Amino acid sequence: MQVLIQLFRNNIREYGMIIALILITGLFFLLTDGVNLKPLNLTNLILQNGFILVLAIGMVLVIITGNIDLSVGSVVAFIGAIAGVLIINMNVPVWLAVIIAIAAGGLIGIWQGFWIAYVGIPSFIVTLAGMLIFRGLTLWLLDGKSLAPFPESFQKLSSGFVPDLFQGGELHIFTIVLSLVLSFVLIYLEFNKRKTQVQYQFEVVPLWVSIAKLALLLLAINWFAYQLAMNKGIPTVLVIVLVLIIVYSFIMKKTVMGRHIYATGGNKKAADLSGIKTKRVVFWVFVNNGVLAALAGLMFAARLNSATPAAGNMLELDAIASVFIGGASMAGGVGTVIGAIVGGLVMGVMNNGMSLIGVGIDWQQAIKGMVLLIAVGFDVYNKNKR
Amino acid sequence: MSAFILEMNNITKTFPGVKALDNVNLKVKQGEIHALVGENGAGKSTLMKVLSGVYPAGSYEGTINFEGEACHFKDINQSEQLGIVIIHQELALSPYLSIAENIFLGNERQSRQIIDWQATYAESRELLERVGLHDSPETAVMDIGVGKQQLVEIAKALSKNVKLLILDEPTAALNETDSENLLQLLLELKQQGITSILISHKLNEVSFVSDSITVLRDGQTIETLDAHTEKIAEERIIKGMVGRELTSRFPDRHPDIQETIFEVRNWEVYHPQQSDRKMIDDVNFYLRKGEIVGIAGLMGAGRTELAMSIFGKSYGKRISGELYKNGARIEVNTVAQAIEHGIAYVSEDRKTYGLNLIEDIKRNITSANLKRISWASIVDENQEIVEAQALKMKLNIKTPTLEQLAGNLSGGNQQKVVLSKWMFTEPDILILDEPTRGVDVGAKFEIYTQINELAQQGMAVLVISSELPEVLGLSDRLYVMNEGRFTGELTKEEANQENVMRYMTGSEVEA
Repeated sequence: MQVLIQLFRNNIREYGMIIALILITGLFFLLTDGVNLKPLNLTNLILQNGFILVLAIGMVLVIITGNIDLSVGSVVAFIGAIAGVLIINMNVPVWLAVIIAIAAGGLIGIWQGFWIAYVGIPSFIVTLAGMLIFRGLTLWLLDGKSLAPFPESFQKLSSGFVPDLFQGGELHIFTIVLSLVLSFVLIYLEFNKRKTQVQYQFEVVPLWVSIAKLALLLLAINWFAYQLAMNKGIPTVLVIVLVLIIVYSFIMKKTVMGRHIYATGGNKKAADLSGIKTKRVVFWVFVNNGVLAALAGLMFAARLNSATPAAGNMLELDAIASVFIGGASMAGGVGTVIGAIVGGLVMGVMNNGMSLIGVGIDWQQAIKGMVLLIAVGFDVYNKNKR
Repeated sequence: MSAFILEMNNITKTFPGVKALDNVNLKVKQGEIHALVGENGAGKSTLMKVLSGVYPAGSYEGTINFEGEACHFKDINQSEQLGIVIIHQELALSPYLSIAENIFLGNERQSRQIIDWQATYAESRELLERVGLHDSPETAVMDIGVGKQQLVEIAKALSKNVKLLILDEPTAALNETDSENLLQLLLELKQQGITSILISHKLNEVSFVSDSITVLRDGQTIETLDAHTEKIAEERIIKGMVGRELTSRFPDRHPDIQETIFEVRNWEVYHPQQSDRKMIDDVNFYLRKGEIVGIAGLMGAGRTELAMSIFGKSYGKRISGELYKNGARIEVNTVAQAIEHGIAYVSEDRKTYGLNLIEDIKRNITSANLKRISWASIVDENQEIVEAQALKMKLNIKTPTLEQLAGNLSGGNQQKVVLSKWMFTEPDILILDEPTRGVDVGAKFEIYTQINELAQQGMAVLVISSELPEVLGLSDRLYVMNEGRFTGELTKEEANQENVMRYMTGSEVEA
């Protein structure tokens, strides 16, 4: 018990958010008579929130460096418009249009990163300008009208599913297989970590804690996979999000680049004097955010099956809220990819649950605002207590 | 009325898990300068926070009597009303406001919420006169130096009709002249009947101005010494502070000086904003392997600017001159290049330039040389723990775990983390800028020992310090700087306080 309490204390931020997510899910489970955890709804949850999670991943890096990006909502719309014009009006092949759109996102990142990192204009200003600029360009590009529909191959980007290689009937067997493979990988990683820790003669958490943690995690993953398998299997969106989570978590946790991002946000002057090229770090973080915003823009357009001038309105605020709910700090230097994802899921589960029980958009907004306030308030309270 | 203006009896203050103060007694006589000394963490600041009401009555045990009356302060306002004013180490001035506005900040001269500027300026002038500051009260605080800012703080205290003035490390950021002026001012205020409590690490100042000295150690009062009945030697105070006799304040040193490793020639640097202002003027010097070289100089002489301009052009514009390492010319345009060439710079301001305070110890230690523990850009976190642990043991960083955030450490331990960080880059040339600022006597000795050991291993060490005894005690050879120029070079044998001071103030220039 002592061990558990200690473990919880040290990770109150991360565990706190996960527990909050579980509680919120549980609450809506009761309120919706279990509808929110039905296979179909879980699939919908992923499809509805995929692009927000992608935005949150890009945004958390920006916020860790101590910056902010207010332009991503407009960038989402602008990229959708580019894709619309290319694919629908100009009949450019989908794959080429996707590449061009992603490259355009990169260019937008270069543009904003240049002003922020090398000229030294505060990111709030640059991206506020970007918010107006790219919304304006979207209107111009679309001439104020919507473009639709996209060809089916493009729609697959958001509504597609991983095909069942094993031809299961009612049940999507491939999904089950994948989740079992993932389970074994996780078990291997955990025990491998323990082994290394023993080799280095570090303190190792008691075996039963490891096992309990793994058991809970595997239970959740496999249950979730089973639910998906009962519907249509794994959505393409989930694959995209999972790959991004794994790649970006790895970068932030294990690589020199990740360390430099945290160091830049934690104390820029000290990072400069440690030989870290902080300008370059900030620049690339914005380029990265442009690329991810472009990806989210494509997913958004594919889901809507149209390119519209009003697309992605206020999306930047959803992304930013996810990051802060997930424990990042306004001042920079603090935050995790997983945290941002959990934050995004908290928002997503609430949106979805409230829609299911028929709460209007008016109260949804207000309640989400309160949750953001309480989550960050909880963080601040914890920090002051220490 | 008793002779004591302040009596703090049996003060005990506990934080969760720690007894910060344990039955502390402090008795301050009317009209004296009372020094409070002790190592970092001895409880000096906590005691002053109890006194001023930062920790409200009820959160501690014990009694406080001020001018014979029992006090139960709920907050700082209540203690200030009685005339107890603290001036903190980090000055609490607003840089963009004028001197006059700062003096009356929160205490504005007004009638019905409208500021009376006439009264504000008139009274400011009077107060500035009293503290001996001759700048116009309309000057913005950011345009005057730290020394003068300290005087503004005192003027601000005087404006509140201070009876007991508490100064927490007032001279930590001041050069020798400013420090001296400040101490003189304290003596003058004493003539005017103001009682002061002086918290300081600088024992020469303490023995110079104080009438009584109270020594704290580990949250307990060790003793109160009366400076009038006996002449107190610094060694005597140190003994009380650390609980042991420090035979020497500097560890023994047997220098093993070898060939020249680093040379700076014709170094010139201009101010980053005012591009016609020359900050460093034709500086030439060399460092040898295994040698500790000091740079002495007053605040503003350009020592930090010199060091930072060498360290990857981190300071200044239009930098010209040559750097040589092992006889070969090197180009050092960025910090990364400097580190690559084996140059390390430990900044004078560890919180701003040295540490990421919201990051843990081990990641701070490795941050300047992640290459050493990473393969293909992937950091080996296990190796990181091993390396950080080794440095922690070596420098005796006092912390339960390496996961502790740097911001939670004491000054001395933070300094050790910064030193570890640069040792981790395995430099050949180590530049230390004020390596013991705000560090207590015990940790100082440990840092000195480490510096000696690094030199012993063949490193060339350049030490910049405003504390003369420190440069003199550490260096094998020293340069003296004045207004951006080197005015003297002295060997350990030649150097003493007097001649270094003469070079520092520019009253003697080497022919």
